[in-house]
Amino acid sequence: MSTATVLKLHGAAGTGQAAPAREGAAPAAPLPGPLPASRAAEAPARPWAALLARGPSGRAMALGVLSIAAFLVAWHLASTYRLDAFIRFINVPGPLVVLDRLAHALDNPSFVQNVLISLRRIMLGFCLAALVGVPLGLVMGRFRVVRECVFPLSEALRPIPAIAWVPMSIMLWPTTEASIVFITFLGSFFPILVNTLHGMHALDGVLVRAARCLGASERQLFLEVYLPGTLPQIFTGLTVGMGVAWVSLIAAEMISGQFGIGYFTWEAYSLIQYADIVLGMVCIGVLGLLSSAVIRMIGGLVMPWARGSAVQEGR
Amino acid sequence: MSVAPLAGPVAAGGEPTRGHVALRDVHLRFESGRQSIDAVQGFDLEVRPGEFVSLIGPSGCGKSTLLNVVAGFIAPTAGAALVDGEPIRGPGADRGMVFQQYSLFPWKTVRQNVEFGFKMKGVGRARREEAARTLLGIAGLLAFENHYPDQLSGGMRQRVGIVRALATSPRVLLLDEPFGALDAQTRAVMQQILTNMWQKLRISVLFVTHDIEEAIFLSDRIYVMTARPGRLKMMLPVPLPRPRDPAMTSSPQFMALRRTVSDLIREESLKAMGMELGDGLLDGLSIDARGKDLAAML
Ligand SMILES: Nc1ncnc2c1ncn2[C@@H]1O[C@H](COP(=O)(O)OP(=O)(O)O)[C@@H](O)[C@H]1O
Ligand SMILES: [Mg+2]
Repeated sequence: MSTATVLKLHGAAGTGQAAPAREGAAPAAPLPGPLPASRAAEAPARPWAALLARGPSGRAMALGVLSIAAFLVAWHLASTYRLDAFIRFINVPGPLVVLDRLAHALDNPSFVQNVLISLRRIMLGFCLAALVGVPLGLVMGRFRVVRECVFPLSEALRPIPAIAWVPMSIMLWPTTEASIVFITFLGSFFPILVNTLHGMHALDGVLVRAARCLGASERQLFLEVYLPGTLPQIFTGLTVGMGVAWVSLIAAEMISGQFGIGYFTWEAYSLIQYADIVLGMVCIGVLGLLSSAVIRMIGGLVMPWARGSAVQEGR
Repeated sequence: MSVAPLAGPVAAGGEPTRGHVALRDVHLRFESGRQSIDAVQGFDLEVRPGEFVSLIGPSGCGKSTLLNVVAGFIAPTAGAALVDGEPIRGPGADRGMVFQQYSLFPWKTVRQNVEFGFKMKGVGRARREEAARTLLGIAGLLAFENHYPDQLSGGMRQRVGIVRALATSPRVLLLDEPFGALDAQTRAVMQQILTNMWQKLRISVLFVTHDIEEAIFLSDRIYVMTARPGRLKMMLPVPLPRPRDPAMTSSPQFMALRRTVSDLIREESLKAMGMELGDGLLDGLSIDARGKDLAAML
């Protein structure tokens, strides 16, 4: 099952927060096994995009299926024979049990309820982060004074992982709901801000001068040059930010104990509903995957020029 | 249609009356940290309405800097820069510019790039689309209207760049070595296209180049600049008849002009290299530069 790799993907995205998130720097490292190394190197910011878009070769496909099958068989054997050699599979449910649980997941009202709660928190936190981070990054890139004011503060706060904000956040905000949304916001905010700023630095100055020669006002520059010119980096930031948002959300839910899929997963352990643990894990993985797919799709829609850039026409 | 594409600043049939550029005793000094560089000293230049003027000189002499003054990106340290008698206060749509680097917006199609100036003026979508298509038709680029710049060749990008700059009928067109990155064939075609367009529009043009033949072929007058700090070396009128065609480049008149300009430039290029040669060594070059290392120079 690909749950583990998806979680790893999120984990790696988290490191994109500590280091200055360069394009392609963050999620490139933890590519799952079935992908040949050469491909991993080619696929910068969006490993899954590359994986899905290019369509694996016959050999890669076979190896991929084989390794996943081997993993499932090993898991099945370990839990069937209750493996207990340092790693303990005594309480771990086998893949068949989990499969059964997955098949009936939607009949589980508590599960559905918690998923919806998590989705709402992600939507709120992430969208707020994008709504603040992108404009702030653009303005910081454009106006030196703003950059000089905001940058030191942002650099001071950025290394603090969003999870470390949990206790503080619970104190700051009137409701647990607000504090969890705030932590999700924090997690995605910095990758979005930093990448937008990076995009502003990378923007070719001649494009700005061309626009001004064509009569663009300051407002028009933002709408017609700065924003579209930095969209590629903004979407890198959004992708990384979405990953970190999930990491932060799940941790916050597990700690604060107030609903959500992270809470569901943690609670399953306390309630000795071991199959639900895996159900929660798989669900988190699938949601993470889907949300980055949505961002990628939106990116493709708003950046049509980046789509078929390999196509060479004309003379 | 109230958007008249490529309508030059000409009162119907008469001589152009707008687009007069004047630089008067312009000085430019760049302060960078402890260093200060005198890029241009006491430069006077004039482009009369509808005139095609070239600015030529050795690399680093301040050509781009002067063009940026007229574009409004740099204010002169001293002196006056005027367009139609008004001091230049900043960049504006009355002065179109074509850059050496490709400067089309990569996120816009060819047509959207050409529409840009209209859009900034608040022209409605339907009207600016129509105007852009008309212009692209004139420039023979209509088939590429929905292409993105990445899909075009270098020559086509510069053509779109010129069309984009001309779209909203600026009074002055500024070009900074626009064909520098193109191969010789494309360059010749582009020069012809530019003269043809200019002839139709009667717009004032200030053209920066380091290509001597290009300057002669295109211009009414040529300003030759000294090595840095840039000063006026000589102003040369080009009395070749118009319309011009590539065959003229082998006429005696053209050759003589070329000889004159290239001597002036070579002299300045050598100075720019900072060489100190003894007298007599350069006799064969019929220039009076002084430098040490003749071998390196030739
Ligand atoms: N922004 C700047 N800061 C410092 N020096 C500059 C700047 N712009 C140009 N210069 C210097 O001014 C001189 C003229 O530059 P430029 O106008 O680009 O020359 P060119 O004739 O090759 O176009 C060069 O020596 C260049 O190094
Ligand atoms: Mg230059």
